[in-house]
Amino acid sequence: MTDFTLILITLVEIVVMVTALMLGVVIMTWVERRLSAVIQFRLGPNRVGPFGLFQPFADGIKFLTKEDIFPSESYKPIFLLAPGLALVTALFAFSVIPFGPTIELFGQQIDLVVLDMNGGLLFGLAATALGVYALVCAGWASRNKYSLMGGLRSSAQMISYELALGLSVIGVFMISGTLRPTLIVQQQAGWFWEWNVFSGGQVLGFMIFVIAGFAETNRLPFDLPEAESELVAGYHTEYSSMKFSMFFMAEYVSMITISALVTTLFLGGYNLGFPVPFEGWPLWILQVAAFVAKVGCFLFLFVWVRWTLPRFRYDQLMDIGWKRLFPLALFNIILTGLLVAFDVI
Amino acid sequence: MGPQHYLLVSAILFALGVIGVLTRRGAIMILMSVELMLNAANLAFITFSRLHDQPDGQIFAFFIMTLAAAEAAVGLAIVIALFRLRETTEVDELNLMKW
Amino acid sequence: MELVAFVILTTMALVSGLVVIRHRNKVVAALALAGNLVSIAGFYLLINAQFLALLQIIVYAGAIMVLILFVIMLLNLPDESRRPGVGGIQGVLGVLLAVAFVVILGMALYNATEGSSFPAATGEFGTVESVGVTLFTNFFYAFEAISLLLVVAMIGAVLLAKRRL
Repeated sequence: MTDFTLILITLVEIVVMVTALMLGVVIMTWVERRLSAVIQFRLGPNRVGPFGLFQPFADGIKFLTKEDIFPSESYKPIFLLAPGLALVTALFAFSVIPFGPTIELFGQQIDLVVLDMNGGLLFGLAATALGVYALVCAGWASRNKYSLMGGLRSSAQMISYELALGLSVIGVFMISGTLRPTLIVQQQAGWFWEWNVFSGGQVLGFMIFVIAGFAETNRLPFDLPEAESELVAGYHTEYSSMKFSMFFMAEYVSMITISALVTTLFLGGYNLGFPVPFEGWPLWILQVAAFVAKVGCFLFLFVWVRWTLPRFRYDQLMDIGWKRLFPLALFNIILTGLLVAFDVI
Repeated sequence: MGPQHYLLVSAILFALGVIGVLTRRGAIMILMSVELMLNAANLAFITFSRLHDQPDGQIFAFFIMTLAAAEAAVGLAIVIALFRLRETTEVDELNLMKW
Repeated sequence: MELVAFVILTTMALVSGLVVIRHRNKVVAALALAGNLVSIAGFYLLINAQFLALLQIIVYAGAIMVLILFVIMLLNLPDESRRPGVGGIQGVLGVLLAVAFVVILGMALYNATEGSSFPAATGEFGTVESVGVTLFTNFFYAFEAISLLLVVAMIGAVLLAKRRL
């Protein structure tokens, strides 16, 4: 296909991806509040529209119309840079994930992935690594003791768990022989026991990735940097209205990205898990729906764990990251390497 | 875009790094200027690797990155130890042997 | 298209380089260095060295610079003051010498690659596979040596920064 069609298709895919992610964020705020209400045996928001479905819009209007506060001592350029950086890096990380099969539209073969590069998985990790800067910038530029402490704690936590995140993926890499997410998903086609978590023997890698993913997104139980009872609100104490909502959106987008990465690497991506007799458009729509369903299951898990487990203390958190997850991830690499070398997998 | 353009950028960045090492006073700033120089060298290595279509230049750049990481870690540990002792990191004031 | 990307990346790299060596505030200088590293990763992408570009972002911009930022913030280092007695003829001479240095270095590199241009991009250059295979066959001993060096550096850094041995 010509350069121009390629650029056009990529632009349309980018628009679709960003729209879907923002829609996902909107739905997630509603899901979080209603689900937490169910878990805590109370009613959630149910006034604004049927079942409180328009609550996210009310939240959005509230964020837009609140007063935009700038602390007088803050370092303005970096203070403004931080929320934008958080959202941009979170959106970047999703661009390598294939959310559907290769569809055929207007005579063109279109891969439903924004960026199909050979080192796709590394790109996702790189974008997550850049997200640390948003926290550091926010914590420092606020010129506030609590923000600085929250920012430093948060970024220390993120870089510690990035190690476990990256190492747990190496098992998948060894089995698939490639870093391209599209190829990794295609190799998990067929029945659901072909998925990497089952017949690839990646149960340990899957668990390590999920736990490290919780820590990467600063969600409970690894939530101390934002601990409301200890650090006021951590690195986003001094942020108000739209800047705060950008941090908020960035957190939800990275939750969606981690869930999407888990489904792509370990749970077969958009594959249905059982063969179906038909081809073409019905299959493609079903596959995209399967992807959305799997990501939705993980988002449910995120919310469920948040409102169930208590928070880790900071030294316990760093202990788990370095002394338990990191050796386990190394052990997973050795185990998978032995299994691949002796042709078991 | 030929290799000359990338090498020119590499040369300018290297010169900026040298100026940083010579003019900055804080120990960490000097370390950062050294990182700038290392990156300029990396860019030159990778340009030449592409020019001759060999992966050797990229391996060199890989090793330089690893070495820079190790050097930054040890250098920062030394700066921390010095800061604890002398309460300052400005290299003009760390002149114990001068009376 | 490539020219546009090259010009943008060069501007980013040079501006952030200047901020690194001139700005008083250390945290801003460190963040500018991170921006510089990301733009150099962009250069690597333009040269088709994908693996090195991603490694640059993950290792250099994502880990080393965060480490430097931590140390600057935890030690609470003050802004850098101006050196007393600089200015006038010394400053002008310094700038002239810097320009001379760039010219000499640039000319040396330019003459080394006189008239040559990049060969056509093969699909195999810069991929993870090609770098990995070369690393583990031709450069195997260097790889083992550098992993030993990393262990030594880790032990050294921990020991040097301890409060009480």
